[in-house]
Amino acid sequence: MQQDQQAPQRVPVRSSRRRFIFGGAAALGALVVGWGVLPPRQRLHASHPLPLSGDAVALNGWIALGADGSVMLAMPRSEMGQGIHTALPMLVAEELDVPLAAIRLVQAPIDKIYGNIAMLKDGLPFHPDDDGRLKAAASWMVGKVARELGLIITGGSSSVKDGWLPMREAGATARAMLLAAAAKQWQARAADCRTEQGFVIHADGRRLAYGALAHAAVTATPAEVVLKAPQDFKLIGRAQPRRDAAAKVNGSAIFGIDVRPEGMVYAAVRMAPVIGASVAKVEPSAVLKMPGVLQVVDFSAALPARTGAGAGVAVLARSYWQARQAALALPLEWQEGPGASLNSAAIYADMAARLDHEAGHTYYAQGDAEGALQQAGSAAGVKRITAEYRAPFLAHAAMEPINCTAQVRDGKVRLWVPTQSPGFAVQAAAKAAGVADDQVELVVTMLGGGFGRRLDVDMVAQVVAVAKQAGGVPVQMIWSREDDTGHDVYRPAALSRFQAALDGQGRVLGLVCKSASGSVSHQFLARNLGLPAGGPDKTTAEGEFDMQYEFPHQRISHVIVDSAVPLGYWRSVGHSHNAFFKESFIDELAHAAGQDGVSFRRGLLQRHPRHLAVLDAAVARAGAPAAGRAHGVALHQSFGTIVAQVAEVAIEEGQIRVYKVVCAIDCGIAVNPNIIAQQAESAVLFGLSAALYGAITIKDGKVEQSNFHDYPVLRMPQAPVVETLILPSAEHPEGMGEPATPPIAPAVANAVFKLTGKRLRSLPLTL
Amino acid sequence: MITLNINGKDMQVDADPSTPILWALRDNLNLTGTKFGCGAALCGACTVHLGGQPIRSCVTPISAAVGQKITTIEAMENDKVGKAVQAAWVKLDVPQCGYCQSGQIMSATALLRTNKAPSDADIDNAMSGNICRCGTYQRIRAAIKDAAKSIA
Repeated sequence: MQQDQQAPQRVPVRSSRRRFIFGGAAALGALVVGWGVLPPRQRLHASHPLPLSGDAVALNGWIALGADGSVMLAMPRSEMGQGIHTALPMLVAEELDVPLAAIRLVQAPIDKIYGNIAMLKDGLPFHPDDDGRLKAAASWMVGKVARELGLIITGGSSSVKDGWLPMREAGATARAMLLAAAAKQWQARAADCRTEQGFVIHADGRRLAYGALAHAAVTATPAEVVLKAPQDFKLIGRAQPRRDAAAKVNGSAIFGIDVRPEGMVYAAVRMAPVIGASVAKVEPSAVLKMPGVLQVVDFSAALPARTGAGAGVAVLARSYWQARQAALALPLEWQEGPGASLNSAAIYADMAARLDHEAGHTYYAQGDAEGALQQAGSAAGVKRITAEYRAPFLAHAAMEPINCTAQVRDGKVRLWVPTQSPGFAVQAAAKAAGVADDQVELVVTMLGGGFGRRLDVDMVAQVVAVAKQAGGVPVQMIWSREDDTGHDVYRPAALSRFQAALDGQGRVLGLVCKSASGSVSHQFLARNLGLPAGGPDKTTAEGEFDMQYEFPHQRISHVIVDSAVPLGYWRSVGHSHNAFFKESFIDELAHAAGQDGVSFRRGLLQRHPRHLAVLDAAVARAGAPAAGRAHGVALHQSFGTIVAQVAEVAIEEGQIRVYKVVCAIDCGIAVNPNIIAQQAESAVLFGLSAALYGAITIKDGKVEQSNFHDYPVLRMPQAPVVETLILPSAEHPEGMGEPATPPIAPAVANAVFKLTGKRLRSLPLTL
Repeated sequence: MITLNINGKDMQVDADPSTPILWALRDNLNLTGTKFGCGAALCGACTVHLGGQPIRSCVTPISAAVGQKITTIEAMENDKVGKAVQAAWVKLDVPQCGYCQSGQIMSATALLRTNKAPSDADIDNAMSGNICRCGTYQRIRAAIKDAAKSIA
């Protein structure tokens, strides 16, 4: 990282209640934090004690120390491949000054300090360039509400962004307490002491291990707490190996499907294949005599409306195979409702009709777009461009099929679940069992992929409803791949229309973009918080309204179309399709202006140096394409991170073949460049699977796809090489789990246009 | 009772002969390193070795394994090639969510047992049945080549 040397910034310690001081410029320079009674918005001390073991003592809500020097870190974020169980410990180890390997993770209890504030702030519908008071006020207000809500969620590419200060403050505060404890014991000045990798060391050479100081540190009162200046970082910014790799190569990592509580039985499910259908008739007696079969339980009543899980029954047995065989053999009739008339073609037609007649909500307007288009009229030299784009529903298809294990006994619930939403999981379990939230004990396992699917907790309500009737034994419910594909909460299908006019010099006179889709947030909030649906949903228009091209006249609006198909957050959410629409249309404009896509974009980014730098870096690294191949370019910002991709594409035997993708990234300070590269590789391939193959279609109320044969994803022979470039930055860290997904579809489509002259305006891309 | 030889040991399994090896391993024998992904031999998460050959355990009944040796991810630490593959996987930070990696490692180990210096086409061929949704393919390819060097 390139940055100026910074002297630690000293902040005087005041004696009022408000002397815990956070600095807005904390990403730069060292920050001194006053010690004292913390204001209510602090995230250092929890109201629930840490689950301690052995002789460990807690120094704050995040960190406990054992006498042997082991460090326990409360971990509220779920590991689903994104490397957060490595990144957050790095932040703590950096400031606490311990070896990364010394940190052990314990699952954080449900407490407000572990809530995800950054994710909720990102949900606000403000343009990234907006630095106005309204945005500042709304951001402050959401931050306040988010602290109160304390939603423990892993999603929205927010974990490092959210943890950047609290984790470092927790580490630095604990370190200061250890320093103060050592100084007191030595009757020395704290200023004469320093720390190094788990030890406090006096200038005269005396040293004490953290473990020996742990008990004294609990009551120690440091004069000040200092966060490191970036130039002093030893871990942050340097590639560190993943802490979970060893357990993931020998089969010992425990995913949801691997928990084995004493006495556990297995459950397979049958869920209504038609959306919204219910159980009409079931004949358990037909399967109760099958080997190992124990019970048939209807879980329909426990499910909220428009959730992934359909109404249906679970079959319990001694082994999963027995349960699954019996479930398949179970005579079952369904009562179909209005959902049986749902069809993909009609859903698109409905969106088109709504776009014809409704203005929708304007998420961003600059100048007078309609006026500019009208004025341009058919004047000489003016080109008018219109286009309509579409994207289908998508399933998440995480490798670990949906599952959850629950035990309901003596008014208590024990839950083992691979979830992104522990808080919602607890609430769903409590509701389904009819107990208070604090009677639910939750273990979050490793997640075999999340991609947003595991933000929803339909499987929790479902299995708890079953376990409640299972006589107190733990029940492990596993969906088949067919259940998983057919009962997802899907990325919404979407339509987007663009109109623009260019003058004779290729300048964009005005641009109007109006899109239509269902709202994930409306459905998610209704399912999980019981909130009534309504109002704008930023995620429907993100990727379009927040583009940073400098058009003098533009209006970006969206029409929310109520969706009977259950919708969910899918890696990069609205960006996943809107980036395809926007970056393809920008390429159409470039072509109409007689310019190449790169120089056209450059001309529209004169006040956006970070975007320019990312674009230029990707293009420079990509060089020239090999013979017979073409380069397609896309630039997109999401979750705070700017990504440019250059895809090297060929057409072979009538198929689109992507050989290589250069992915340049500005994500602020790069905490772990190794995991950032992993996430870029992962996000590109995830987006490319969708771009080339992904489509969930609905026929007569049923999802037509079921398994990897009809919902194909990239396999090794089709996978391009992804080359990641991380631009140096001293800015606050931004998201990295998702931002490399949106640009790949348009980058490939733009390359296909160069190769064939054909503009592909529909996903998946078909020649 | 059916006797299966798993990771060098004879084990008794109380299950119907039609039960897939996958579920006998996971439910009867508590060997949970082998994963369920699709149930239809489409994703490779359940790959184990039967008589040294990589097979999809989700569609192979235990009756087909009687008298043969089943080898799972849990035994790779004691296998020269398997151990080299695991080491390369860690060295190059292959796993992300990690769920598919047992199957990936079983397929890669089977490849390297018979092909000491696989080409890219050989690797594509051997690994195309194993899906990774985290997109770790390029690291898997590099790790297979790295492991090949270390056992050469």
